[in-house]
Amino acid sequence: MESADNRPDPDELLATIIKDEEKSKRGKLKIFFGMCAGVGKTYTMLQAAKVEKAKGCDIIIGFVETHNRKETASLVEGFELIQRKKYQYKSTQVQEMDLDAIIARKPQIVLVDELAHTNAPDSRHTKRYQDVLEILENGINVYTTVNVQHLESRSETVAQITGIIVRETLPDEIFENADEVELVDLSPDELLQRLSEGKVYTPERSREAILNFFRKGNITALREMALRIVADRVDKQLHDYMQEKHIRGPWKSGSHLLVAIDYKIQSTRLLRWAKNLSYSMGANIQAIYVETSHQLTSKEHDQLNKNINLAKQLGIKVRIVTNYDVVSAIVDFAQKENATHIIVGKPRVRNLFAMLRLGSFVNKLIRYSGNIDVYILGADNQAKGRYREKVFVPSFTSNLREYLTVILLVILSSISCYLVRDFVGYQIVSFGLLFLVSILAVFFGPGPILLAAASSALIWDYFFIPPQFTLHIDKPEDVLMLIMFFFIAMLNGILTSRVRRQEQKIRIREERTQALYQLTKELNTASGINEVSRMAIKYVQKYFNLDSAIILKTDLNQLDNIVQDGTSIQVLENDFSVANWVFKNSTMAGKYTDTLPSGNFTFYPLSGNSGNIGVIVVELHHIFTQGEEQFWEAFLSQISGKYEREFLRNAAKETYVLSESEKLYKTLFNSISHELRIPVATILGASDTLLSQNYPEETRQKLYTEISIASIRLNRLIENLLNMSRLESGHITPKPDWCDVHDLANEVAEALQVELKPFKLSTIIPTDMPLVMVDFGLVEQVMHNLILNATQYAPAGSRIRLKIFYDNSFLNIQVMDRGPGFSPSELNFVFDKFYRGKDSKAGGTGLGLSIVKGFVVAQAGTITAENRENGGAKFIIKIPVKIADLNNQKKTEAS
Amino acid sequence: MTNSDTILIIDDEVQIRRLLEITLSANGYKISEASTGKEGLVHAATTHPVLIILDLGLPDADGIEILKKLREWYLKPILILSVRSSEDDIVKALDNGANDYLTKPFRTGELLARIRVAIRQSLDASDDPCLTFGSLTIDLANHVVKKNDELVKLTSTEFSLLALLAKNEGRVLTHHFILKEVWGMGYMEQTQYLRVFMAQLRKKIEDNPAKPRLLNTESGIGYRFGA
Repeated sequence: MESADNRPDPDELLATIIKDEEKSKRGKLKIFFGMCAGVGKTYTMLQAAKVEKAKGCDIIIGFVETHNRKETASLVEGFELIQRKKYQYKSTQVQEMDLDAIIARKPQIVLVDELAHTNAPDSRHTKRYQDVLEILENGINVYTTVNVQHLESRSETVAQITGIIVRETLPDEIFENADEVELVDLSPDELLQRLSEGKVYTPERSREAILNFFRKGNITALREMALRIVADRVDKQLHDYMQEKHIRGPWKSGSHLLVAIDYKIQSTRLLRWAKNLSYSMGANIQAIYVETSHQLTSKEHDQLNKNINLAKQLGIKVRIVTNYDVVSAIVDFAQKENATHIIVGKPRVRNLFAMLRLGSFVNKLIRYSGNIDVYILGADNQAKGRYREKVFVPSFTSNLREYLTVILLVILSSISCYLVRDFVGYQIVSFGLLFLVSILAVFFGPGPILLAAASSALIWDYFFIPPQFTLHIDKPEDVLMLIMFFFIAMLNGILTSRVRRQEQKIRIREERTQALYQLTKELNTASGINEVSRMAIKYVQKYFNLDSAIILKTDLNQLDNIVQDGTSIQVLENDFSVANWVFKNSTMAGKYTDTLPSGNFTFYPLSGNSGNIGVIVVELHHIFTQGEEQFWEAFLSQISGKYEREFLRNAAKETYVLSESEKLYKTLFNSISHELRIPVATILGASDTLLSQNYPEETRQKLYTEISIASIRLNRLIENLLNMSRLESGHITPKPDWCDVHDLANEVAEALQVELKPFKLSTIIPTDMPLVMVDFGLVEQVMHNLILNATQYAPAGSRIRLKIFYDNSFLNIQVMDRGPGFSPSELNFVFDKFYRGKDSKAGGTGLGLSIVKGFVVAQAGTITAENRENGGAKFIIKIPVKIADLNNQKKTEAS
Repeated sequence: MTNSDTILIIDDEVQIRRLLEITLSANGYKISEASTGKEGLVHAATTHPVLIILDLGLPDADGIEILKKLREWYLKPILILSVRSSEDDIVKALDNGANDYLTKPFRTGELLARIRVAIRQSLDASDDPCLTFGSLTIDLANHVVKKNDELVKLTSTEFSLLALLAKNEGRVLTHHFILKEVWGMGYMEQTQYLRVFMAQLRKKIEDNPAKPRLLNTESGIGYRFGA
């Protein structure tokens, strides 16, 4: 039992293998990791490089900043340097690493300093780590340096400790996936010593830097952080190692964190914290955002996008679900995904109402979450100071027209109520107005509804409740009624509008689902790559209102240099190079992305299961919202899938053709080699005999005849093969000319004189047969082959009929014999290549009839075979022809 | 038969040259051989052949080009012997001055016959206006055609056609050539006239129009009078 328990989990095993494979293709990333500037990361990196170089490794410097430090600068000497690329940025010139030059140079190892660096605006990528990823993709190993404050998940903490907000950050994923991390450590005292000696910064910069950043407390905290990260990493490596070697450990395996985020700034902290936790726990992590009926302001929207992007940078997958009940959405999702921990932020307590809600939120979460651990992270005081949350006012975003319409409607219905007031009584009027407000709620937002509720309450009070035309109310029950009226109207209105908004959101989702379904359905009916392209472009226009172009890969697995049909935008040379990059790197690029953001278009890779299929280029007018992006991704995956299927189908077709041609080749080989050998054997044998001995004249004559017959047979085979290959290669282009069919018949009879000797050939041509427009040579060959075929099957002495006539713009040619005819089963195959009748005599290749068919079809004609009533085969050919105008000819004759 | 006329063979295939040499020598011709077009041109100028047998697929030049160069000064018959069997190639060669063609593989008997006809034609400068072919006589001067001593009534176009073919007995005439000679330049594409008149002519002068002996069709190329 125990051994079974300790067996490696196949999924884990597979994951290890895949990871290994991917890593072996890519270059290896080694990070020299330090707590802050000045600890000697670059120095250590250069020293390590020197050791490698001494071993004979091809190692160059891609980008190293020496900060004018003498020791470092002296180490740089002796290394090949890639020239930096210069960019003009505003008035200053900026120097950046030349990515393409490095890839073109293709060393074994390249040194790239400052991984978290942000590139100049016109560079291909916004961040240097993206450059490095591309270098790694190209199989080049990279040595680089990183400071702890640059790690995305730590930047906030660093900001808390040092008071400096770090802008140049590095996604944790890069760090986690590095193949090797070397800690460069220095005690705080030593560092400060070095600083004061001016070894870190040149003296003028040093003072300011020291004051701001290099305080002993700071350095110690950063150092602790760096050490801990490296320790965590070692821990994780140990964990991986043990897993690899199937050593069961005491860790809680299979932890799965779910972090719930929203549209507030606090979520960023939540995400970082959760990421750290997952890292130290070795747990999976994903995030969830619950879309409720709450309407986002544009600021909230931006923050939500930022949060989701941060999650992505931290390597956390975000799922978006729509539900009016946040708690049940989170819990449902957690259960479905087998999450072991839910992490939420503590809602901010603003007032009594919020406190009540907080209680309900947290309590509900705890109550429903069952055996899932719930972490509730407190509010962050630091953040509170810096980012004051705006008090949320229920979105009064409806425009003025809506308010006016609402008021108008309230007044109109009040007037009509006023007219009937005497018949129904003022209390019934309140129901009428209440009814109106409820109906309005279906069409208008909460603002107008609030207005409608208030105004109708006032109107009711003023115009209806006695005493009329005062706001004063006599009876206390009327006061109560008025208050109740107001609250019911308001609640009713707001609830209805909330339901409506929720519905709207769900409807949008449904529409999208419907659109996707529609797309899938239509894509299934599309056949051929061109049609798929046209359809995709049409759908992008219809559902995203975007112009687009699609570029696909060629057979050589490179991106084509032409766009697919149906394109609605002009794709220029430059765009193609971006598309190429996107295709190679499987990453989106262009406008609104981190890569080459200066263009007009945005490029998305179309990726299938077995690599990229192409690139779709769109002209975005704004960044996709989260919902749109999800829809877009689903859309792209549908399109890519269809393209992939089309490509596979083409490939399958090719394979089929290939296997068919292989089959053909074999048949050809078998039948042709036989057919070639027999006459050659005859010629060789006969000529040998003639050469070696002096036979009597009579024998010699016989041998000569044999040689002659064999040669004719060989020649006929060659003719057939040549014709077949002309047909196969599509080189048959009929050259019709005026033709006298008598001529045709005579020629064929003449050519087959010898073969026809034992037979009686009757040629039947009507006297009024006109001249016809056909290719003389092709028709002659057709008749030749058919008659020759008849001579091979029909018994000697029998009659072979050749009937030619013109009927209704068709030239009819019929060849009939009294041979065995066809068995019903073979009627379908007689014109197939290399098909030979069951009762065929020895000899023959099965090419003759297929050539006949080919030649007839080449002239747009048809050929059929059938059995004659009294036995024998009948071939019927119909070729559409023009005929000569006889009157015209008579005229010429007369002249 | 003794014959001291020289025949030039321009062909790059040794085996074909050898076969021709054996066959032609046995029939009393002298042989001059060339394996390239250039060599062929030189031999044609130096050996004064009565006939040249030319292959179209030569290693150094296109046979048609050699044919054109030869025709700049060489007036005696040129016979094309080639594996190129497409009608276009043949018509092109004939239109560029070749007297006759044979495709490989060929029958030596047929080749000898063609050579004899071609040489005879080139020598036969006789102005005899009366041509006789078996039972058929054609009096070119008086436009009279007799078959078995009976007068055959022909229209003027029919006579022109017959006369043209008969004067070039044994030689292939392309459709274009015949149309141009009989009907004129403007009719070179009107092949239907030619077909109709040919059929009528056959009915009038052939013993069995279904098996013509004198007015032979060369499929896709033209017509040949006689054997």
